[in-house]
Amino acid sequence: MKSELVERLKKEILAMEGFCTPTVNSKVHFGIKTLEKAFPNHVFPTGAIHEMMCATPEDAAVSSGFAAALAGRIMNDGGMCLWLGQEISPPALRFFGIAPEKVLFVPPVEKQALWMIEEALKCRSLKVVIGEIKELNLTESRRLQLAVEESRVTGFFLRHNPRSLSNTAAVARWRVTALPSTETGIPGIGYYSWKVELLKVRNGIPGCWHIAWAPTGFAEQAAPVTHPSKAVHHIKTA
Amino acid sequence: MVSRFVSIWFRYLEADHLLIREPELKDKVFVLAGPDRGRMVIREVNDKAEAQGIFPGTVVADAKAVMPSLLISDQEPGQVLEILNELAEWCIRYTPVVAVDPPDGLILDATGCAHLWGGEHAYLKDIGQKLKAKGYHIRAAIAGTVGVAWAVARYGQVTPLIASGEEAYAIAPLPPAALRLEPPVLEKMQKVGFSRISHFLGIPASVLRRRFGQPCVTRLRQALGNAYEHIEPVRPVEPYQERLPCVEPVRTRTAIEIALKTLLEMLCIRLARENNGLRKAIFQAYRMDGKIEEVSIGTYAPSCNVNHLFRLLSLKISNIRPALGIELFVLTAPQVEEAGRQQEALWSYTGDNDLTEIAELLDRLNERAGNNIVKRYLADEHYWPERAYKPVASLTEKPVTTWPVTRPRPIRLLPVPKQIQVSAPIPDYPPMLFRYKEKVYKIVKADGPERIEQEWWLQHGLHRDYYIVEDEKGSRYWIFRLGHYQQTGSPEWYLHGFFA
Repeated sequence: MKSELVERLKKEILAMEGFCTPTVNSKVHFGIKTLEKAFPNHVFPTGAIHEMMCATPEDAAVSSGFAAALAGRIMNDGGMCLWLGQEISPPALRFFGIAPEKVLFVPPVEKQALWMIEEALKCRSLKVVIGEIKELNLTESRRLQLAVEESRVTGFFLRHNPRSLSNTAAVARWRVTALPSTETGIPGIGYYSWKVELLKVRNGIPGCWHIAWAPTGFAEQAAPVTHPSKAVHHIKTA
Repeated sequence: MVSRFVSIWFRYLEADHLLIREPELKDKVFVLAGPDRGRMVIREVNDKAEAQGIFPGTVVADAKAVMPSLLISDQEPGQVLEILNELAEWCIRYTPVVAVDPPDGLILDATGCAHLWGGEHAYLKDIGQKLKAKGYHIRAAIAGTVGVAWAVARYGQVTPLIASGEEAYAIAPLPPAALRLEPPVLEKMQKVGFSRISHFLGIPASVLRRRFGQPCVTRLRQALGNAYEHIEPVRPVEPYQERLPCVEPVRTRTAIEIALKTLLEMLCIRLARENNGLRKAIFQAYRMDGKIEEVSIGTYAPSCNVNHLFRLLSLKISNIRPALGIELFVLTAPQVEEAGRQQEALWSYTGDNDLTEIAELLDRLNERAGNNIVKRYLADEHYWPERAYKPVASLTEKPVTTWPVTRPRPIRLLPVPKQIQVSAPIPDYPPMLFRYKEKVYKIVKADGPERIEQEWWLQHGLHRDYYIVEDEKGSRYWIFRLGHYQQTGSPEWYLHGFFA
């Protein structure tokens, strides 16, 4: 009885914080159960903003791939994506389950990038907005969070080498780095493998997973699941 | 709609123009003269000279004899047309169709315009007052045909407002010269005693034609509205144009915004009714000092959404400098497309209004950050990586060819390949390590080579042998060797992209 009440209250708090209990239709499955467990309600939060930290161009490529794979899942049943960034090669998106013609590419324009991202996030007809922005402070991220709460667009921000690692209103902070590709039994390079670290997640449990990107989708690898090594990232758990 | 035409007659066109430029001549008696068969002949006089009995056509020497203090200015050839064109441009505030009527008049097609000024009387009065304030002596008349308006403006004595259908009554008491006839014809008419148009209004056309020629009949028919008279507007008429004259000149941003919104509503209602949308819009502000300020926008998809278009244009309102004030706003849609057609061409996976909303977003991004900033790519049938995809402007263009899936491509492609140093076993093995930006990458796994030849019909050069390599940490790179190994020197290697 009491636990039911607590559960209900927890859900109410989540709803107030912008996490709607997803209906069956709006649920997006990524195929990685253990990863999804890290999130509130055990559902990957769409209609929210995620940030991905990357330090090197290699990291940026890996993060782009991971973001593209997630976006591909979200756009599975239609919709378009806006990618604010440079150097993305459209043909490669095909490998992550996105039809490249469904993506609109915008080069980041000096001092306009945030405005552009906000405008894009407000557009209900887009499914995903991927933005490459270096700096993002709390105030700016709150604005963006408000925009997505209204429009239910999912935003991924690739943050290359940001100067400050201040708190943001993003629902999750990721770090994705490359792992040696999986052995497929054939010489050469196997499936892309990534070490996916969930550094921070609002109302969820951070963690670290080894994930491969196979032609069928995400595949979890048997690597040991550990919690982020350092306790630097204070976790706000319910 | 019943056609209405205004004819404006500038009595002292050049003299007035000179006076505006040189106000110190105001109280002087002066004429404009030009050479004619070796003599200087007076072409234009001002009102003071006319009062003294000096008329155009007098030889300068004679006039000087009558009045030694007469001031004479040289007439510049071609100036009349220049002034008239300038005035015609100015008159566009009254109607979009303004034609020059050399040597001394303008013709305005006022059909459906006068009510904006509160009736024809107020319309004519406004034209008269504004031109008078500029310093011109004018007479204007409005009638159902160009011919009658012309005649009444120059010779009419009763009223400048001629109702449609009363053309014959209006011109009957006027002299034959009011029909815009050549002097020899007029002379002939004078000889037979035709001093008013009423004298020959009832004569059959065949008789008139025999005696006075075809022009006389044509002019009469045109004046009475039985024959069509073409006028050549100084500016081609845009089919989608809305105009908003201001009662008082406006200067503030709010006022401009109100004007813009009103015009957009007018235009969009019409576009929506015809199931059209605009792709391009020009918003013009006619300033009091005769200058025209304009801003323009373009859209990705045909749009007749007032709020969206207003948002786009209002981003640019700050570029309009109102100076002393704006008298007239004009909104033109030079490019209009059918809205329905685009809707049908939507991809199957987007909803009905999805694309419109995205198109509107793109318009906003474009207006703020520069044109054609947003790119969409379709596959192109080239193996050369830089040419494997092409940008397309339209949101609805469908791919003609599919994206290749068999050959892996890096997610991040460097715009310009970066040179690297490698050590690689000959002949075709992937490198063992490479050095890029002072860092050494030891290669653990590799795929390749994939040879991509130059497309000789597009570009000459060496082929590329691509390898996908993975270093110890697991980062994956796309590198290539340019050309074959040769006896002299080793080929160059480049880093071209990063795999996920």
